[in-house]
Amino acid sequence: MTTATAPRMRAKALKGNHVGLAPKKSIVLTVVTALFVIYALIPLIWLLISSTKTQSDYVSTFGFAFGDSFALIDNIKATFAYRDGIFGRWFLNTLLYVVVGAGGATLLAVLGGYGLAKYKFPGRRGVIALVMGAIAVPSTALTVPLFLMFSRIGIVNTPWAVIIPCLITPFGFYLMWVFSAEAVPDELLEAARVDGSSEFNTFFKISLPLLGPGIVTVALFAIVATWNNYFLPLIMLTSEEWKPLTTGLNDIKLQTYSAAGGANPLQNIIITGSLLTIIPLIIAFLFLQRYWQSGLSAGSVKE
Amino acid sequence: MTQTAAPTMRKPRRNWRGWMFVGPFLFFFAIVFVAPLLYAIYLSFFQPKMVWGVSQGEQFIGFDNYIKLFTDPNFWSGVIGVGLFLLIQVPIMLIISMYLALAIDSGRLWGSSFFRVSVFLPYAIPAVVATLMWGFMYGTRYGVMSEVNNLFGTSIDFFSPSLIWVGIGNIVTWEFIGYNMLIFYSALKTIPGSLYEAAAIDGASEWNIIRAIKLPAIRGSMMIAMIFSVIGSFQLFNEPNVLQQMAGNTITTYFTPNFYAFHLAFEANNPSYSATLAIVMGVITVAVAYIVQLWGAKGGVK
Amino acid sequence: MISKKLVGVALASVLAIGLSACGGGESSSTPSAQGSDSATGEQTTLTVWGWEPTLTPVVEAFQESHPNIKIDLQNVGGAGDTYTKLDNAIAAGSGAPDVAQIEYYAVGQYAIPGRLADLTQFGAADLADQYTTGTWNAVTLADSGQVYGLPVDSGPMALFYNEEVFTQAGVTTPPATWDEFYEAAKKIRALGPNSYITSDNGDAGFATSMMWLAGGNPFGVEGDSVTIDLGDEGVLKFADFWQKMIDEDLINTTVAGWSDDWFKGLGDGSLASLITGAWMPANLIGSAPDAAGKFRVATTPVPEAGTTANAENGGSSIAILESSEKKEAAYEFLQYVSNGDGVAIRVAGGNFPATKAELADAEWQGYTDEYFGGQEYNKVLAQAADDVLPGWSYLPFQVYANSIFGDKVSGAYTGSGNLTEAFAAWQTDLESYAKSNGFMQ
Repeated sequence: MTTATAPRMRAKALKGNHVGLAPKKSIVLTVVTALFVIYALIPLIWLLISSTKTQSDYVSTFGFAFGDSFALIDNIKATFAYRDGIFGRWFLNTLLYVVVGAGGATLLAVLGGYGLAKYKFPGRRGVIALVMGAIAVPSTALTVPLFLMFSRIGIVNTPWAVIIPCLITPFGFYLMWVFSAEAVPDELLEAARVDGSSEFNTFFKISLPLLGPGIVTVALFAIVATWNNYFLPLIMLTSEEWKPLTTGLNDIKLQTYSAAGGANPLQNIIITGSLLTIIPLIIAFLFLQRYWQSGLSAGSVKE
Repeated sequence: MTQTAAPTMRKPRRNWRGWMFVGPFLFFFAIVFVAPLLYAIYLSFFQPKMVWGVSQGEQFIGFDNYIKLFTDPNFWSGVIGVGLFLLIQVPIMLIISMYLALAIDSGRLWGSSFFRVSVFLPYAIPAVVATLMWGFMYGTRYGVMSEVNNLFGTSIDFFSPSLIWVGIGNIVTWEFIGYNMLIFYSALKTIPGSLYEAAAIDGASEWNIIRAIKLPAIRGSMMIAMIFSVIGSFQLFNEPNVLQQMAGNTITTYFTPNFYAFHLAFEANNPSYSATLAIVMGVITVAVAYIVQLWGAKGGVK
Repeated sequence: MISKKLVGVALASVLAIGLSACGGGESSSTPSAQGSDSATGEQTTLTVWGWEPTLTPVVEAFQESHPNIKIDLQNVGGAGDTYTKLDNAIAAGSGAPDVAQIEYYAVGQYAIPGRLADLTQFGAADLADQYTTGTWNAVTLADSGQVYGLPVDSGPMALFYNEEVFTQAGVTTPPATWDEFYEAAKKIRALGPNSYITSDNGDAGFATSMMWLAGGNPFGVEGDSVTIDLGDEGVLKFADFWQKMIDEDLINTTVAGWSDDWFKGLGDGSLASLITGAWMPANLIGSAPDAAGKFRVATTPVPEAGTTANAENGGSSIAILESSEKKEAAYEFLQYVSNGDGVAIRVAGGNFPATKAELADAEWQGYTDEYFGGQEYNKVLAQAADDVLPGWSYLPFQVYANSIFGDKVSGAYTGSGNLTEAFAAWQTDLESYAKSNGFMQ
């Protein structure tokens, strides 16, 4: 991965499988593959069914059977009413982290990847080595030192403590580098320069439109990473008003499992909260999944 | 626009303009990656002197923390745990992902886009939610697992010490087969149709096409998937953390290296030792990722 | 449904016992009340960390009577996680609350390094007579007499047992001693493959309480050094007894406390009893509804026949962080929760009181619930509170100690090793921690 070979061009003209062959459908293959689909969907089905149960149905009925009453609406209401609507607050926090964190991460990765692909500048090799090396560094290994550092400068327990670390995605940077190298022809840039266009002007007017699919891919990766982030907010945030959904949900679970006179089972809220947490991302996936593929194709031809 | 292909213009000139683009990324990169790394190195060499739990100032301790870590059975137990996990779970996951990518790409499935989307869906689920769902289902006496056990007359308990890693492995596999499948599938999509045409003219069998065309095409993706899996396994934390209350004392405070680092920093009041662990784990991860890459470059990955 | 019933009880008990108990609370809070009066119009906001559900209605009521103090009540993730977050915030030097709910076992951990405000400056020392000895001891430092929190609830242990299952197994009177408990366990085990008298998979709070019950006293302070003796007679007595229960498969060691499975087991009778704190009734009623009418309460089985002994399990205090700049307002809130109007609200919500007045209150003692078959169970629990053995203390780093307890004992519960060895290993680790953190020379 660290070897910067020139990316090959993608073959986007021929999308169909085995053009001209139209292979026969296979029942065996379909059935075997369907088993994995069942595997992938089974917990989600369980979640969906469980979210329609009251707490007492939940503890007394079989996991894949509906309960005596259909309490989905009540559960959703209870989830949003829980602790004066803290769930809604967590939802908004998550959105904030996604918009600012993932949005910022995408912007930085696009600019940086593009700069690396299209400019030769002093220290370029150093930058490549540094960032590519960073891909292999487990980010959680740095989270504890980062917490200690942030606590010295007094920004733990603020949204910045979650947003700033989210701004950097070495993998997104790498994808944009590869993608820019092939999607934006040098000739086009040189032509713009000859015309006297400034570098940023060229970038926004000419390059950006060409980078579309790559940007969407990087943005989706960043959104998922931010939406699903757990370790970072777990460490950085203490007060519940800044928590995202993930650590918030875990807090409800901890409350359910904590002794010392405070236990009150809230499985129906945990389960309904889980469902509400994943719905926005599932919708985003269903609409945007095609982009992933085209963006990832670029990444995979590298090496 | 007179001459667009002048040789001097093909290569961008070497100047500082590129920094305008790379600069902002590097600025935050320095804050988020470089600074904590340096700070962790600093921390690992100093230990506060404590009197009744109150720090009386830091003192330089040299390599004491590193020596202690290398002889710390808790640390090695975590490393061995994730190491074995890596060796067993990652191949299973990647083979399933590869099978799925090949199956969906083969054009021999009815409704292949439904398959693709369904298998990919778990990637959208936060690890916390995935673990909560599986954790609730694992419940041995009243969860779904109890029904399974009753049906087959078994007594499988994923929360028991002997099976906890299997339980976690299942959750991680579930979360990431779709993701890896998509990486492989995307690579398969880049194969030019002309190659298939040529193979068809030669009368190549499906199996030969897989071996000669498809597998080489996903070699690069396999590298990426493996390196990400190595990193993911070494920093395993979320799943055991969420399962901890459900699984009782099966999950120790040093269950994985990352778990141990968290415990040391926030429960054992020893950030200095925790930083040492973070550095050593970072070095181990980079080293293993590098070995995987070398192995791949030598043709170990088909 | 249950909550409505409890609200009814709440109103009744506010009327019945509120007057006497809260009279004292209000008079003693006069000085600090003046403090906030002088700042009329200026609103103070207090951040409070607490996980206990009855705090929510207490805060609501407090807001109505104290418009100048706004309470921002936060649940940072249950009891256990609160300490991680608290350490985290203290390490960070920011983000700590003004007030935190702290379990008795953890008070020393925060009081000794000076993280908590000494409440004697507000005259808290005078409150001693209002609380049970055990809870008051837990919030004061023995040598200096400084007070670091006010008791909220308490948890003298008791045996909560499913009478139907006990009778079915031929156990007609609840076991009063450990030997009887062992015999009862065998009979219940014979009922079926899933039937157990109780479950435990290595809970630190339970184990330390049982050591306390057995007369053990493993943790102490001598001069400027802590002492740890996890091989004392009481500790070993518990280790032997419990190991026998584990080895003979008489207790369920796979179900984790407070899990789904656990509540379901208590509900369907496959976990026939539990020995735990007196705060348990509300949890049983709310979370194991299937066992309604079947549960009864008895005093904790004691190690030796003919003796009286008990220990506390859980229970919490409420304390002010030293870093808070609003200590006066905070103390006003503390009093409201601990011995003011808040007490009645909490008790009605299922809290087990730490105040003598409530424990002696006839109405409270006579309270019945169908869940316990009309038994006046508060009488048993009040007796349990009286029986608590004096002299127990926790380590000034008990949170850490408990966090590694599971690591040490999990082998003993899963057939590799035994509790005596596990406690010895626990001791070794604790001593090493004590030395590196300056608790031991």
